[in-house]
Amino acid sequence: MANTTEYRICPDSGLQFHKPAENLMKANAVAGVVFLLIGGILALLVTLTRWPAVHLLPADMFYQSLTAHGLDMLVFWIIFFEIAVLYFCSSTLLRCRLATPRWAWLGFALMLIGAVTTNVAILRGRSSVMMTSYVPMPAEPIFYLGLILFAVGALIGCFVFFGTLVVAKAERTYEGSIPLVTFGALTAAIIAIFTIASGAIILIPTFLWSIGYISYIDPLMYRTIWWAFGHSSQQINVAAHVAVWYAIAAIVFGAKPMSEKVSRGAFLLYILFLQLASAHHILVDPGISSEWKIFNTSYAMYLAVLASMVHGLTVPGSIEVAQRQKGFNKGLFEWIRKAPWGNPVFSGMFLSLIIFGVLGGISGVVMGTEQINIIIHNTIYVPGHFHATVATGTTLAFMALTYFLIPILFRREMIMKGLAKWQPYIFGIGMSGVALFLMGAGTLGVPRRHWDISLANSVLGYEFPGSAGMLLALAAISGVLAIIGGGIYILITVGSLLLGKKLPGRDYNAKPTPVKQPVATAIESHGGIGVGGFAAPGTLVFAFIFLALFVVYYFINWKYLSSVWPLS
Amino acid sequence: MSALLPPSRPIWWNQPLDRVEGTWIVVALLWCLIMFFMMPYWHVFGKQNTPGEAYRITPAAFQAKAQAVVDKYTVRTEGNGQFPVVKPPAGSDIYLIGRLWQWWPIYELDKNQTYRLHISSMDWQHGFSLQPDNINLQISPGYDMVVTVKPDKSGTYAIICNEYCGIGHHTMVGRMYIVDNK
Repeated sequence: MANTTEYRICPDSGLQFHKPAENLMKANAVAGVVFLLIGGILALLVTLTRWPAVHLLPADMFYQSLTAHGLDMLVFWIIFFEIAVLYFCSSTLLRCRLATPRWAWLGFALMLIGAVTTNVAILRGRSSVMMTSYVPMPAEPIFYLGLILFAVGALIGCFVFFGTLVVAKAERTYEGSIPLVTFGALTAAIIAIFTIASGAIILIPTFLWSIGYISYIDPLMYRTIWWAFGHSSQQINVAAHVAVWYAIAAIVFGAKPMSEKVSRGAFLLYILFLQLASAHHILVDPGISSEWKIFNTSYAMYLAVLASMVHGLTVPGSIEVAQRQKGFNKGLFEWIRKAPWGNPVFSGMFLSLIIFGVLGGISGVVMGTEQINIIIHNTIYVPGHFHATVATGTTLAFMALTYFLIPILFRREMIMKGLAKWQPYIFGIGMSGVALFLMGAGTLGVPRRHWDISLANSVLGYEFPGSAGMLLALAAISGVLAIIGGGIYILITVGSLLLGKKLPGRDYNAKPTPVKQPVATAIESHGGIGVGGFAAPGTLVFAFIFLALFVVYYFINWKYLSSVWPLS
Repeated sequence: MSALLPPSRPIWWNQPLDRVEGTWIVVALLWCLIMFFMMPYWHVFGKQNTPGEAYRITPAAFQAKAQAVVDKYTVRTEGNGQFPVVKPPAGSDIYLIGRLWQWWPIYELDKNQTYRLHISSMDWQHGFSLQPDNINLQISPGYDMVVTVKPDKSGTYAIICNEYCGIGHHTMVGRMYIVDNK
């Protein structure tokens, strides 16, 4: 292996890339973007069908497109990109060789074969079962097989990441503890193991059922275990994109964590409690006790929510401290006014943080409250929520990271920099509209995964309030805007890789250079900056505004719940 | 690029907490506890709860129970005779079938009376979505889900299916009448 080991130091960032790791990062990131493109085209079809005035696709193609859209976006795009992030956070940040590159390529191949197989199954038209593929509605066997292959590939990727951590430790490429960003990636990888194991536990029997080896799969058991996969896979995203937030704060501002203890503690809470949220999906299922629901749906007293609220404070807080130390110390908000809003690496990350927290975070906690779920379960409020969390939070964070990686990892100058400045805003505002308007329509009872809310072909019929149609139209218009934003991202990314000017600094050395240990500065407290003894007072003000919104919206929903029929 | 590097102090866990972080952690934790205790509070003082009463049942057995109620209490039919309108006595057990692609039968219930509503599916999973009140429940085959309901507003309600159940999903609409019985 030693003679294949080659290292490159990026002259712009000082980051070191191990050649096999670099190639794997590129392959995974590119594969992710390809699935984003496919998912994006499907998004347009889905959006234009749910726009009542347009109603583009026939019913069968709508359900088919929606199935593929869900899987391509929520599973394939995200996890391919996450594998690239894992390799970056281990091999690059710890400046070591990637463990077992051949296994990593095997993992990549399995993921690719799996993702293509599942897409082919859906394309054949007999697997329009939605992402969730609830039994006993059957899909073709290759639908499940593709997912299983993809999961095995991703699992290999996680173990390559763990192996690389071991390599770095054994070969002493760094001293002390791993960086915070790597710690976040580690959190994501640990959650991924749980997620993928759950997926295997339920999808392998379901595959066997689909080919006739198992006669019966209990639908409730399926839902319980499938969601340990389906929801947890979104928790990988949360951990990964929070790690990306910290990384970008460090890249753009040189920000250091306000305190390692708090940020790492919050990641630890994710590892311990985030998975319990799978319960959010079975709050109105038959036969599940309230004690179980309350404990799990609240992540044991909302400890994972606490963790997210902490990250939501410490990421902008660390930016505020860094900005104030640079001299933007006037008043409460000079630091944020003078932030580089034209740099898509920053604006993408910051919009991700705000939209994830305000729209996605608050709506998620509200709809995951045991009783409030009665007025939200399976309405289009649910897609509204996750278009704020994963479609905006995770995706926009990954887009922002891509703008950093184009010159650093791919050594290409970015094309269309002027357009790139606008891209995070177009995408972020469009997707926020999707989220908000879908949540609004969901509050009026509009169902998710539904071809025709005019219910024209039903015998008995029902008319939703007129405002529901208007909200769906607004969501669709926002959706088109978001798709344009996504299209611009793909155009810039692919265009830069193919046409961007090649940057110098592509020489490889035989030996790695270890991490330069940062020197502890004499003043560890944030002396001399801030207002009234608070180092990041502006962030604290934002945090309290967020909390006020949270409290008001939370109790509005209880009020709304209290107006429906008494149930027990 | 400090979050990208190992902590500058090898012993990072005893660094004192910043005031901003400390304040926020305390406030956020308090809010988390309030949200947590709202759920048990609502079980005691609130009126909308789903405690999850359910029994295993075969589709055939559930259908027989529903048929018995329909045979006994049907008052008329609607939708070209497909849907019996059933008016069972207050306080009784009533059975609603979800199947590809209808909710069957139609019940006519008295306002402010309590009924034990049993719901199950004959085939795939379905979503019971009562509109416009917006009550949503997940319905699985093999499980008899029991919800004690007390309709407090009169009118005509629709039951939409909001769990995707195949190509006819968007045609699966049922109905329920709530009447004032003065």
